[in-house]
Amino acid sequence: MAQAKEKRNKKGLWRSVKQNKACYLMLAPFMIFFTIFTIVPVVMSLPMGFTDFNMVQPPKYVGLSNYTTLFLSDKVFVKSIRVTLIFALFTGPISYVLCFMLAWMINELPQKLKTFFTLVFYIPSMANVYTVWQLIFSGDMNGYLNSFLLDLGLINAPVQWLTDGRYVLGVTIVVQLWISLGAGFLALRAGFQNIDPELYEAGAVEGIRTRWQELIYIVIPSMGPQMMFAAVMQIVSSFTAGTVAQNLVGFPSTDYKAHTIMTHAYDYGWVRYEMGYASAICMILFVAMFLCNKLISRLLSKYME
Amino acid sequence: MAQVNTAKLKASNRRAGRKIGGTVAIFIFLSILGIFMALPIYLTVVMSVKPVEELFIFPPKLYTLRPTTENYSDMFESLRQNRVPFSRYVFNSISVTLSVTLLQCVFASMAAFVLAKCKFPGSRLINSIIVISLLYQSNVIYIMQYIVMARMHLIDNPLALILPSVASPMGLFLMRQSIMQVPDAMIEAAKVDGAGLFRICWQIVMPNQKPALMTLIIFAFQAAWNIQAGSLIFQEQYKTLPTVVTQAAASGMARAGVAMAAAVFMLIPPVIVFMLAQRHVIATMAHSGIKE
Repeated sequence: MAQAKEKRNKKGLWRSVKQNKACYLMLAPFMIFFTIFTIVPVVMSLPMGFTDFNMVQPPKYVGLSNYTTLFLSDKVFVKSIRVTLIFALFTGPISYVLCFMLAWMINELPQKLKTFFTLVFYIPSMANVYTVWQLIFSGDMNGYLNSFLLDLGLINAPVQWLTDGRYVLGVTIVVQLWISLGAGFLALRAGFQNIDPELYEAGAVEGIRTRWQELIYIVIPSMGPQMMFAAVMQIVSSFTAGTVAQNLVGFPSTDYKAHTIMTHAYDYGWVRYEMGYASAICMILFVAMFLCNKLISRLLSKYME
Repeated sequence: MAQVNTAKLKASNRRAGRKIGGTVAIFIFLSILGIFMALPIYLTVVMSVKPVEELFIFPPKLYTLRPTTENYSDMFESLRQNRVPFSRYVFNSISVTLSVTLLQCVFASMAAFVLAKCKFPGSRLINSIIVISLLYQSNVIYIMQYIVMARMHLIDNPLALILPSVASPMGLFLMRQSIMQVPDAMIEAAKVDGAGLFRICWQIVMPNQKPALMTLIIFAFQAAWNIQAGSLIFQEQYKTLPTVVTQAAASGMARAGVAMAAAVFMLIPPVIVFMLAQRHVIATMAHSGIKE
């Protein structure tokens, strides 16, 4: 009886696969390359957290020992969790709101100014200009910020922005915010352009009087998918930040003050060649991002209804 | 100047409840913030045309007294010392960038359309795999990718720079989110008319997806333009601009000015593509407005 049911189910599945042949065909080109170059490497990397792998010898299974070391005896890791959380808490929400508000404000401007302002806000994430930030925050009198503050008389001696433990995290957060108007921002800009103009007219008829009302009752409810996209991009960029700190305040940073989880993984992976340990670190980061994403998508979808 | 602006601003105030004052306030706010955003880029450009002797003037200036193209000529000079002519790198870069951008857009659009609008066995699973793959970042992946590519004999093959980037989960996610907003009725109507999925995708859905598609083009071009050969390509004749320009900026006359010149040089093509694509994004709205 049960067997027969299973057989029927299988038949049904096969039939619906056949019915949707066109879907699979259109999906195929993407999925073939995605499987080879993303899924296979990801699946291969999953078990690495349970091994001791130095890239020369084949990985050796060590059970949970990487994870126990991480939480019980790696003091720098515990520190890096704190740094990552502070970092993500500051850059994530601020830059998400900035992305949305700026994209909306630009949308309120006339056509020609739109391209210009979108470029101005997006260009930092296109450019690779850590050198100029190093000059701005340079610790001697020649640094732009120092010379500006000295000029105003706000400070008496140059501040070591990039090496003083009190400032490194702050400086990194500022630069990260500067480059963070990236993919999410552009996707939101595109989303604003995609809203049906009829919706605005209908809104006006129904008594919407100000642009704020329009934003809340018409624009935001029809931007759900783009807001979800921007949220995912924001989670990824604020949790996995590490390159900014490495390029700006050095590696390792003073007193590990700007040492994020990703930097820690880089340290073990590419400096000490302890890939097993590094991938255990990444796995923990992934779990954190996954939970954060679940939480945010639940919040957003609740809001959208 | 101010008058011209007001006239322009007035034109955008057709929608309900717009006060000109509010638009002007937004414009001023964006301008002030924009100056801060653009300052580092501006400094990069200034530094790239600054002569060496001006680098250490105190206090540091926001402009240069005697602009020079020295840094650029230094960069090209050290590029010329390679065994391969410069035009070859340009050709490599353009062919890699164009093929990645084109394939990425075509693959992502088709896949996004079926994932957004069709229900079939496996569709939900694939949708969640896409998001998970965006969230999963690990430096071990690169090693595994390298192993896969070595198995496929792709190392030191020009295809190594193209194939891994043609399926971008981010691009697919972007397009899917946008296509989700297309009303189902539109697709049903086309189905009733007897159109196949492929035709519905390219003739009915995609023409309405200009903003998202143009945004995808910007992302794809930018990423592809900056693909580093790294440990994938060893033969000089297959290398692309980012690799050799970084080398030039770091070699010999390692000065801030040359690095800035390299950064500015590499930034120009993506900015041009951005401007062209963004213009289409913005034109979309005006277009559908006229239609009604």
